[in-house]
Amino acid sequence: MAVALARPRPSRNPIVAEDRRAGWVFILPAMAIFIVFVFGAILFSFYVSLHNYSLLSRGGAWQIFVHPGRTWVGLDNYRDILSSDDFWLAFRNTAWYALGVVPAQTFFGLVLAVLANRKIRGRTFFRTAFYFPAISSSVVISIIFLWMYSARGPINYVLRELGFPTPRPVWLANPNGIFAMLLHELGIEHVSVWLEGPSVALLSIMMLNVWTTTGTMMVIYLAGLQNIPGDVYEAAAIDGATRFQMFRDITIPMLRPVTAFVVTVGLIGTFQVFDQIWVMSEGGPAKKTTTIAYLVYVEGFRQGRGFGYASAIAVILFLIILALYFMQRRLTAQDYQM
Amino acid sequence: MAVATGELARPRTGAAARKGRMDTALQILAYVVLTLVALLMFFPFIFSVTTSLKTQAEANRLLSLRGLFWPEQITFDAYRKVFEADIERWFFNSAFVAAIWIIGRAFTATTAGYAFARMQFPGKNILFLMVLSTMMIPGMVTIVPKFLILNELKLINTYGALTLPFLADAFGIFLMKQFFESIPTELEEAARVDGASRYRMFGEIILPNAMPGLIALSIFSFQASWNAFLEPLIFISKPALYTLPLGLAYFRQSNYTEWPTMMAIAVITTVPIAIFYLIFQRWFVEGQVSSGIKG
Repeated sequence: MAVALARPRPSRNPIVAEDRRAGWVFILPAMAIFIVFVFGAILFSFYVSLHNYSLLSRGGAWQIFVHPGRTWVGLDNYRDILSSDDFWLAFRNTAWYALGVVPAQTFFGLVLAVLANRKIRGRTFFRTAFYFPAISSSVVISIIFLWMYSARGPINYVLRELGFPTPRPVWLANPNGIFAMLLHELGIEHVSVWLEGPSVALLSIMMLNVWTTTGTMMVIYLAGLQNIPGDVYEAAAIDGATRFQMFRDITIPMLRPVTAFVVTVGLIGTFQVFDQIWVMSEGGPAKKTTTIAYLVYVEGFRQGRGFGYASAIAVILFLIILALYFMQRRLTAQDYQM
Repeated sequence: MAVATGELARPRTGAAARKGRMDTALQILAYVVLTLVALLMFFPFIFSVTTSLKTQAEANRLLSLRGLFWPEQITFDAYRKVFEADIERWFFNSAFVAAIWIIGRAFTATTAGYAFARMQFPGKNILFLMVLSTMMIPGMVTIVPKFLILNELKLINTYGALTLPFLADAFGIFLMKQFFESIPTELEEAARVDGASRYRMFGEIILPNAMPGLIALSIFSFQASWNAFLEPLIFISKPALYTLPLGLAYFRQSNYTEWPTMMAIAVITTVPIAIFYLIFQRWFVEGQVSSGIKG
């Protein structure tokens, strides 16, 4: 993350004393919102996750502060979640989703950025075109792709014209894991649920996600490419390096921090995917597109096990993202040492 | 001599020619790939426009190549139908909510951004770090407490739920802090000699010079509010308060196969942001680069 930390500068500023108060006055409006809806909400989330609480049965939320004993269940929600099949199915779905989408969008983003970074006419046009899906409404895109994936939609039309079979049941209605299907063709049955792979339905949403975010990754990579000084390449050219060598030995290593950023952003993005699933599949078929984020919604707001249970899933989601973030930072730190 | 030079020069020109041919080939390859990908990015939007101009009967029929790009018979029936679905109300709600987000974030981000950029006060660094780190927290993680807090405030199913929690955001504060740090301090120092307070400096020097930063911030706020779905979905169940994405999503649930009408709503939702995007393209892209997170 592009974090620029403010460091206190020694200064003979005559209004230092004023700033000590004025600073707080200036940040007050933003902090008021942050304290209630961000910092407070995060702490509240932890607190609710330790209760068995749903609005209908228990009255207002202040109840769990005034009479915590009535709803307190300690870590029971967490225990229930970690021993529930639904959670682990959602975990697998989310993991497949991230494992498929993040490498694909990173790779395509890099390739497009390298191509668009050449001296070509219409570079602005290409950048504008590639980035347009990223600024469009996720609901709009989901509706368009619903139609594209539908039985009589253009994707099946193109496959038919090219002589390929279309999956049956069609795309978003297909709960079969793609690796399980492949192994089935090879005569291997009863694959472990961990190796079934993403369902065809989930894969359809993953492809939409790659389509939407590749442009974002390209734009970030383009900025990174433009920060590599040209004389590094000139020096390499004088030494007789080929284009491929330059790409492998200069471009890729110099882009490593950008790649770390792109992967982090990609992981955070894929772990919170929700809109597309709500519109396109509602978690089905057979819960095979229910991600962790979608499970929070179902348990909290769709006749699930209530706010306490949903909050506990949300906290687990938060911890997973935090762990991924620190893992990525460690890996990049090691890169720099080498 | 002449021969020797020729001998020496030949391999070099050979290599240069090879390199030149390679350059041309790569150039052509770049154009071909970039054009194909650009088409891939545009086609779904083009299809949504053509489908919105079809009759329901044609949309139900099997596709043909021509039908993908041009309707047999152009009709505006779908656009007439969306007004029966109350789209002008959704459009108004989306626009109204966007305006509040833009104004609110402009206020909170300029004040906080200025304080973080220029002032020294206790707790500043830790607070800024805390604000920044919230950028990586998914909206889903805090949706339950947000709902409970808004419910206690009796704001569920009001415009308050669609606006109040979003009047400040980490990215906006970060953006404005970066922007203010790029403004030279001379003017403020001169004002200080005249005995101006921080509040006067902010009002008379900083704000008049903050336009570029404010434009970038407003675009980002507009995009985030226009496309917001999760929070409106959770906080709003009254049809009169639907925003465009919410209206479209619910319309689909009850009109499963009315593709022309759905696409008409999709087109109407996309046009304002597309116009904004074409005008302010540069800001959109730069905002993305410095934040990296789709709002």
